[in-house]
Amino acid sequence: MFKAFIKKSRIKSPWLLHFDCGSCNGCDIEVLACLTPVYDVERFGIINVGNPMHADIMLVTGTVNHRNRKVLANLYEQMPSPKVVIAIGACGLSGGIFREAYNVVGGVDKVIPVDVYVPGCPAKPEAIIDGVVTALGRFQEKTQALRTGT
Amino acid sequence: MINNYVLVLAGLAAGPVIGGLVSGADRIITARVQSRIGPPLFQPFYDVAKLLGKEAVVVNVWQAFCAYAYLAAAAISVVLFFLQSDLLLIFFTQAVGALFLVGGALTSTSPYSQIGAHRELLQILSYEPLIMFVIIGMYLETHSFKVSDILQWQEPLLLKLPFLFVALGYGLTIKLRKSPFDLSTCHHAHQELVKGLTTDYSGPFLALTEIGHWFEVVFFLCLSALFWATSWVGMAILLVVTYLLEIIVDNVSARLTWRWMLGYVWAMGLALALVNLIWLYAAR
Repeated sequence: MFKAFIKKSRIKSPWLLHFDCGSCNGCDIEVLACLTPVYDVERFGIINVGNPMHADIMLVTGTVNHRNRKVLANLYEQMPSPKVVIAIGACGLSGGIFREAYNVVGGVDKVIPVDVYVPGCPAKPEAIIDGVVTALGRFQEKTQALRTGT
Repeated sequence: MINNYVLVLAGLAAGPVIGGLVSGADRIITARVQSRIGPPLFQPFYDVAKLLGKEAVVVNVWQAFCAYAYLAAAAISVVLFFLQSDLLLIFFTQAVGALFLVGGALTSTSPYSQIGAHRELLQILSYEPLIMFVIIGMYLETHSFKVSDILQWQEPLLLKLPFLFVALGYGLTIKLRKSPFDLSTCHHAHQELVKGLTTDYSGPFLALTEIGHWFEVVFFLCLSALFWATSWVGMAILLVVTYLLEIIVDNVSARLTWRWMLGYVWAMGLALALVNLIWLYAAR
């Protein structure tokens, strides 16, 4: 019974870590817009924590470059399992218009495994919330994988 | 004897159940004050259950030990209160627990955790004398430190100890981690120290500190309830009004510096407490 409650709670209480990997701030503003009274994601128990050690879901905006790829990988490693990663915006998905730049590595999935891709330039708050909801479905699979050790 | 077992169980259950519900109601009312809808009432339980189900990552073994010790001390203080024991003993048990929480944060080398721990020590330094004076005030009035004797007292203590109740309000604001005194860590997601005191507690150990916090909230609400222990209605009115005031104060004020906190709480709180103690002494 307690296990069932924990499983339900995972879906009811996703805590986000928002990392700006080199975004123009367009997507960042949309992420923060989700917290305002208009969208109020705390209704779903979603909290934007600033701490990878408390987070369940990592939201990454912007391109990855050679300087911040280590920071991104470090933040990902600090998050306790189960965890999912959401890449937001054209830059987070592929590098966007900056993908050819000499200092850009590319999308977030070049460095850490990404579970959900939210496109847009910038991504709309509705799309970001939808991405988080999709990510919650991934929790289930991830916990199964943890248990079987795969 | 059977009665005692029931009281112990009631104390152990009161922390997680009442503490969690109060915290859930707090989050809803805070959201409404900010013209948001807010999370469901059971959100704190979801949060804690989720954290308990996460991977256990600890900085070192002492951190885990401190999280358990904090929870144990907080739970024991509530159980002792339910057993109507000595207020001084209960208060010292609670204080030991609070120090273990700081100790756990100090075992990490993270600067956020360290600064959070130092600020928490200053917060403890601010509210401990006030609570001590509140207990002394209760003793001067009822001639006993025992909760059982204070509960027997025939008139509400609030009539004789109004200033001490205000002083307890300062302590309550600090202990509930409300603005302007939420320096070390706070309920809301963000603060300048990442999460301050609890930055390096994660997963199940963060859940333990959260449950410990619920126990402490229940203990401080019990202490406030002693001010109108003669009737259940009075007690309920007093607690609801006090808690609503805490939420309003939290929402209308910004976080301030520790220097201001220490100066203001000691100057105002101790002055209020002393005036009340002198009044009690003169009236005897």
